[in-house]
Amino acid sequence: MSTLVYINSNNGLNKAALEVVTYSKNLGGNVTVIATGSSNQELLATLGQYGASKVIFEASVTADDAQQLTELIATVAQAENAATIVFSHDVVAKAIAPRLSVKLKAGLVSGAIEAPNADGSIKVNVFSGKAFGSVKVTSDKKIISLLPNSIQPSISGSNCSVEAFNGTLTTSKIKVISTKKPEGAIPLPEAELVVSAGRGLKGPENWGMVEDLAAALGAATACSRPVADIGWRPHHEHVGQTGVAIRPNLYIAAGISGAIQHLAGVNGSKVIVVINTDAEAPFFKAADYGIIGDAFEVLPKLTAAVKKFKAENH
Amino acid sequence: MNILVGIFVLNLQPIEKKSKMKILVCISKSPDTTSKIAFTDNNTKFDENGVQYIVNPYDEWYALVRALELKETIGGNVTIVTVGNAADEAIIRKALAIGADEAVRIDADPTDAYYTAMQIADYAKSNGFDLVLTGKETINYNGSQVGGMIAEAMDLPFVSLATKLDAAGTTLTLEREIVGGVQVVEVQTPAVISCAKGMAEQRIPNMRGIMAARTKPLQVIAPVAVETLTTYTTYTMPNAKSACKLIDPSNMDELVELLHNEAKVI
Repeated sequence: MSTLVYINSNNGLNKAALEVVTYSKNLGGNVTVIATGSSNQELLATLGQYGASKVIFEASVTADDAQQLTELIATVAQAENAATIVFSHDVVAKAIAPRLSVKLKAGLVSGAIEAPNADGSIKVNVFSGKAFGSVKVTSDKKIISLLPNSIQPSISGSNCSVEAFNGTLTTSKIKVISTKKPEGAIPLPEAELVVSAGRGLKGPENWGMVEDLAAALGAATACSRPVADIGWRPHHEHVGQTGVAIRPNLYIAAGISGAIQHLAGVNGSKVIVVINTDAEAPFFKAADYGIIGDAFEVLPKLTAAVKKFKAENH
Repeated sequence: MNILVGIFVLNLQPIEKKSKMKILVCISKSPDTTSKIAFTDNNTKFDENGVQYIVNPYDEWYALVRALELKETIGGNVTIVTVGNAADEAIIRKALAIGADEAVRIDADPTDAYYTAMQIADYAKSNGFDLVLTGKETINYNGSQVGGMIAEAMDLPFVSLATKLDAAGTTLTLEREIVGGVQVVEVQTPAVISCAKGMAEQRIPNMRGIMAARTKPLQVIAPVAVETLTTYTTYTMPNAKSACKLIDPSNMDELVELLHNEAKVI
């Protein structure tokens, strides 16, 4: 059995890339990586440590046109005779994996959170995180899109060979006009630590204390839906049923009551800390640690405690 | 004479400029966002008991409403399509009440994303749409699959997770999410777009819309023969959390200590 992993190495190798290679290695069989966006061969070779036996790269193809990238991956999948193709379940995979599913007639498991069970079925989130489902692929080939932060990358080998793709490329039908990437911000879906706040913060001018805590922890910031809807925070920070679903190691929620729609987006978090003045807030039922108190007092104290801890331990 | 010519030009110009757009909006049903989720038949089926179905919010709030806005500014026609059985006509009428012109129901269970996408693609291929819109995902299966699958089956460009969409002639200008940022792109019609938050605002149907929806055309067509590629074997509920440990708000050092030594997350 042979597995092909797609990686977008535009900005180097992120943790999600190491996760998907580790996941593929654990499936058993030979693992080939197809990487686009970078030709840093030294860096790509390190994927061998996580289980890849070969990396094929094509620096000229970006992730901008799903159609072009799908053609490329399909070509490599056929050449490598891949039975399984693995993606990290990010915005690129959401565009490409479904196309590839049709092109190769390979059943797609979106947002896998575990390795396949003994019967081959794979656990995914359904109902926006309110439940889990086990999906079984009935076609010969399959595609798995792994939710970031679902498994830990692990080193099992040494560097592997890296070679350039030498096939025909199609042209991109998407014309990029501009790209904006906020400097230094940690993308929410792959963040391991997240600090989030809601209407309890009373206004956008009070977000400084949320950002301070996030900075002290090295965390991403997030918010509840009402806060995004009234424009206090950008939409991409909205976590919940109709926003982003996340599964960080630590989710700290301040001034969020914990409506069922919000919980749906965060209950995959390993540890949840809830700060709320209302002891009856439903969020406490989903929390591991609760602080009944005013976010305006608790957040600065927590930030100070985190800074003290970091100063003592690092 | 001059005046006459002037009027002639004035009358003609706006008609020529209008690039009437034929838009297909794919809608799916999903349980109301406040629904309690449970399963039956030995955890192999979603328990529909007491569940109120709505138009999947991404399909309605963003894809459908933006399609209507485009129609209102540049002219055109908005068709909605769903794969489902007769009971789903309630959500179809809702979408028509919001303002879609006509509806198509492909008479089949939407067994998996591939099956659903192939049905819609088959219908869309033979009906010459300029634009096919989907929501970014459903809130029940969250697969984000159908839009991309339709695009591949129709051999069309696909822009996913678009947060803005404008059209001028055959050029679409879109803003979309990319890993760690946003991007503005252009693509030529026909194209398939999946729509995310930011693209439009929810519209509440008014009484006139609701009345008009009753008589708008709803065409029921038979499905084409397509296999499925995936199946859900079982469902499980998350484990209940053990009791929440309360920490004194004045003792944040204790919380940090617990997060480090007990929870091991920092």
